[in-house]
Amino acid sequence: MAPKHRNAAGGTSTPARSTTPTPPSAAAAAHAPPPSAAVAAAVTSPAAALKTSSGGQTWDRIAHNVLTHYLNTTPQRTKLLDAFMAFLVAVGALQFAYCVLAGNYPFNAFLSGFSATVGQFVLTASLRIQTTDANKGDFPAVSPERAFADYVVCSLILHFFCVNFIN
Amino acid sequence: MSKSSGKVKAGQLWSKNKDELTKQLAELKTELSQLRIQKIVSSGTKLTKIHDIRKSIARVLTVINAKQRAQLRLFYKNKKYLPLDLRAKQTRAIRRRLSPEDASRVLEKTKKRQTHFPQRKFAVKPVIFCCCFLPLQLQQSFGLLPGVSAFRLQTGERQHHHPSPQATMSADPLQTLASVGKGKSTRGVLRVIILALIAGAAIASRLFSVILDPWFNFRATKYLVANGFYNFWDWFDDRTWHPLGRVTGGTLYPGLMVTSGVIYHALRALRIPVDIRNICVLLAPAFSGLTAIAAYLLTNEMTPSSSAGLLAALFMGIAPGYISRSVAGSYDNEAIAIFLLVFTFYLWIKALKQGSMLWGALCALSYGYMVASWGGYAFITCLLPLHAFVLICMGRYSTRLYVAYTTWYALGTLASMQIPFVGFLPVKTSEHMPALGIFGFLQLLAFLDYVRSAIPSRQFQTFLWVFAGATFGIGLLGLVIATSAGFIAPWSGRFYSLWDTGYAKIHIPIIASVSEHQPTAWPAFFFDLNMLIWLFPVGVYLCFQELADEHVFIVVYALFGSYFAGVMVRLMLTLTPVVCIAAAIAVSTLLDTYLSTKSPKPEETLATEGSEGKKAAKSSLKSTSKPVVGVYGLWEKSMMVGALGVYLLLFVLHCTWVTSNAYSSPSVVLASRLPDGSQHIIDDYREAYQWLRQNTREDAKIMSWWDYGYQIGGMADRPTLVDNNTWNNTHIATVGKAMSSSEEVSYPIMRQHEVDYVLVVFGGLLGYSGDDINKFLWMVRIAEGIWPDEVNERSFFTSRGEYRVDGEASETMKNSLMYKMSYYNYNNLFPPGQAVDRMRQARLPEVGPSLSTLEEAFTSENWIIRIYKVKDLDNLGRDHMSAAAFDRGHKKKKATKKKGPRALRVE
Repeated sequence: MAPKHRNAAGGTSTPARSTTPTPPSAAAAAHAPPPSAAVAAAVTSPAAALKTSSGGQTWDRIAHNVLTHYLNTTPQRTKLLDAFMAFLVAVGALQFAYCVLAGNYPFNAFLSGFSATVGQFVLTASLRIQTTDANKGDFPAVSPERAFADYVVCSLILHFFCVNFIN
Repeated sequence: MSKSSGKVKAGQLWSKNKDELTKQLAELKTELSQLRIQKIVSSGTKLTKIHDIRKSIARVLTVINAKQRAQLRLFYKNKKYLPLDLRAKQTRAIRRRLSPEDASRVLEKTKKRQTHFPQRKFAVKPVIFCCCFLPLQLQQSFGLLPGVSAFRLQTGERQHHHPSPQATMSADPLQTLASVGKGKSTRGVLRVIILALIAGAAIASRLFSVILDPWFNFRATKYLVANGFYNFWDWFDDRTWHPLGRVTGGTLYPGLMVTSGVIYHALRALRIPVDIRNICVLLAPAFSGLTAIAAYLLTNEMTPSSSAGLLAALFMGIAPGYISRSVAGSYDNEAIAIFLLVFTFYLWIKALKQGSMLWGALCALSYGYMVASWGGYAFITCLLPLHAFVLICMGRYSTRLYVAYTTWYALGTLASMQIPFVGFLPVKTSEHMPALGIFGFLQLLAFLDYVRSAIPSRQFQTFLWVFAGATFGIGLLGLVIATSAGFIAPWSGRFYSLWDTGYAKIHIPIIASVSEHQPTAWPAFFFDLNMLIWLFPVGVYLCFQELADEHVFIVVYALFGSYFAGVMVRLMLTLTPVVCIAAAIAVSTLLDTYLSTKSPKPEETLATEGSEGKKAAKSSLKSTSKPVVGVYGLWEKSMMVGALGVYLLLFVLHCTWVTSNAYSSPSVVLASRLPDGSQHIIDDYREAYQWLRQNTREDAKIMSWWDYGYQIGGMADRPTLVDNNTWNNTHIATVGKAMSSSEEVSYPIMRQHEVDYVLVVFGGLLGYSGDDINKFLWMVRIAEGIWPDEVNERSFFTSRGEYRVDGEASETMKNSLMYKMSYYNYNNLFPPGQAVDRMRQARLPEVGPSLSTLEEAFTSENWIIRIYKVKDLDNLGRDHMSAAAFDRGHKKKKATKKKGPRALRVE
């Protein structure tokens, strides 16, 4: 449920952009980047900060390239997954911040909550990898349907463990 | 006289009765006498008749005698005794022999021995033989090997018709395909049958002798079955580790007990009434059958040749290195853990090859089960990341690796944290950090991989360097901070001891004191793995030649496993699977090379390529892609295969021998051979435990060294101070201190811990090497680790640094409780001054040690177990020394007050 809401709230303009990958919309994306790209940007920014101002230009270009590539090639469904992953990262970061700031007293609860987000994140990433057309060659045995079924089963197992562990 | 002139015929005599015979005898005798007179008087003519008459007399007498005896026999027919001369003569030896019923009479003791220790049956051998040779046979007759040319594959089982290639070519292609299918299904069935046979052999070869060994596990299982899972989880055991007790549910790996419990309840649900004891006994063999199957699956992932899988299963089934921990009745964690180890690896390879989340999840579940069963799960925890890391370093990062690894890690770590004993360890200890590190690293790689596809390579390179440098720096910084701030525990001692073999001896004597934690001796490798050990490098080499992802795994596992097996004897167990697999690959490659019957001819292969279905064409391609050189002579082939066959046979013999001799002897009962070769059972342990059970109070606390804790808890059912679960080092050190100090120091310790009896194992009389005096130095070291200023190892050696027990033993040694308990009263067994400790070949001092705070309560038949009772406080308030001295008759000298010279009292 959560990812859908998030997607609906976070970027109402996302569908429009994906259907018409034109330069203007890419420019528009620069103003309101979709969540996943935000992650990429967030990760790159500290690295970029390390570079001196001369490298600043190239970093801008790299970020720009990644962004356009993302917007141009990613299908709509995958973006949905990306949104969900971004949501998970946000939740995970929130939990971690809480743990650092307010202490980890019910450590069980923190661990299961945190690993639920991390686990769900990697599962979703796996699903995303398996369903991307570019990776078809890597997974001869896994059809998209099969990938989704696996995803559901794994998520069920994951959440069973989390609920059991949370106390 | 003429009347009796004729010779007497015996046949005529039989019909006559006794009187007639006597009459005839008399006549004959008179005739004879007359003839003799004649002979003297005149040289008569009929002198030759004397001879005839004499013979006749003899005949008559014989018949009379025979008749008489026959009558007597009739008369004595139903009497108890027969006159001596009517009995059959035979020989003296036979006459003196015991009657059958006497001979078959058995003493009660013997009877018991026969029921408890029956003659071992070696019927297992044929089964193993069958299993060993079935695969080879079948390979020959059904062409199981892929190396066999397409011609063989296609004709399948109709091979004995010897159809020429042309004939098959002319046949309907559909029919040919059908026959292939048929051949395949036959092979499938055969494979299943062979696997079942191998599993059967694996089980059968473990049934040599049965004694349920770690008693504690059995006790815990009984508790689980009786009280249910939740109570088991919260079980607080006050019968061990007195007075601390043990939170058993939180300090054990529950996998074993839960498995038995589940099997028990499942069988109950199927209305099969079965005793939990039987399940416990047979669990290890049953799981070894499963291990064989898992080895088959894992090997099948490595090589397309299914014969390799079967061989691996076979090796796994009977390799002594694994049997050592899985004979029937060895109810220990390893019993199921090795199966889980191999199976987890299989699932991992499967997940990696397919890049499937489902297989990854299954791998994680299997891993979770493994964590629940054995502390050795850390082996998987380290091996899988290592494999992933090596793959990455080889530039083989793939999305499949990402999917498989992350799924396994995310689910597996959560699964492992469900076990209370493991708890937060996966996120807190350094052993688990590599797995976490690789997990994070893979995330980065996946991200980089994505970025690389998005931007031009020039930009990507600059991006990569900065990015990688930054992450590495941040990661390292984080790790250092976390470790120094105590969020992550540093490597545990057990782990250090894996790298530095001398570490444990200095820092954690309790680990080093266990014999299976010692470094492995060279012969042990050969003893446990026999021919596999020299096939192992060949298999690894073959893996190197192909070097797909899964072969990298075998190589990594081989290196890792060999190292650890060299460090600790016990870890031979983790090496065995990979040795079996590598050796199986080697053997099957050899067989593939030498067993293919036909030398491929160019036109043949062309023809088959044209006519064959996809599969056959593929394999024919494989066989023809190599140039047509090879061994085609029948002689060379049969030589090679024959030699290999002999080796396999020897291997089977070795395994059977090792299993029956080395690994099937229960530790509780010692067996030795008498000079005449018969088996002699030394059953002192059970005798002593039985004594404890029957002669002490229900809650009498027994102090002994921890090796015997489980046995006392299980067989004698008495609370113990320490046991084989060595969770509390200090408590063990306390016992060590009590044992190694003098009585004055020990007695308060024993009083504080409410010890009622002290049990020591003494092998001096019998020459039994596993006794407490031999373990004594470890007790001293462990105690010294906690109380360095009260116990000092050096003082137990003589001034020349020798560890002696005879007259020259150091004073501390002689005063130690252990020494006194071992040799107390031992002198009385020997003539004065000749007491000898047969284990240490030492002559003991003439005057034995004396005990004042303990009294001897029980000593077993062969003096192996000696039990002492701790004396209660003295009734008169004396200390025990003086009380004992009083009893011995040394009256305490009265402190006579020196009186001054008498003085007259004035006043």
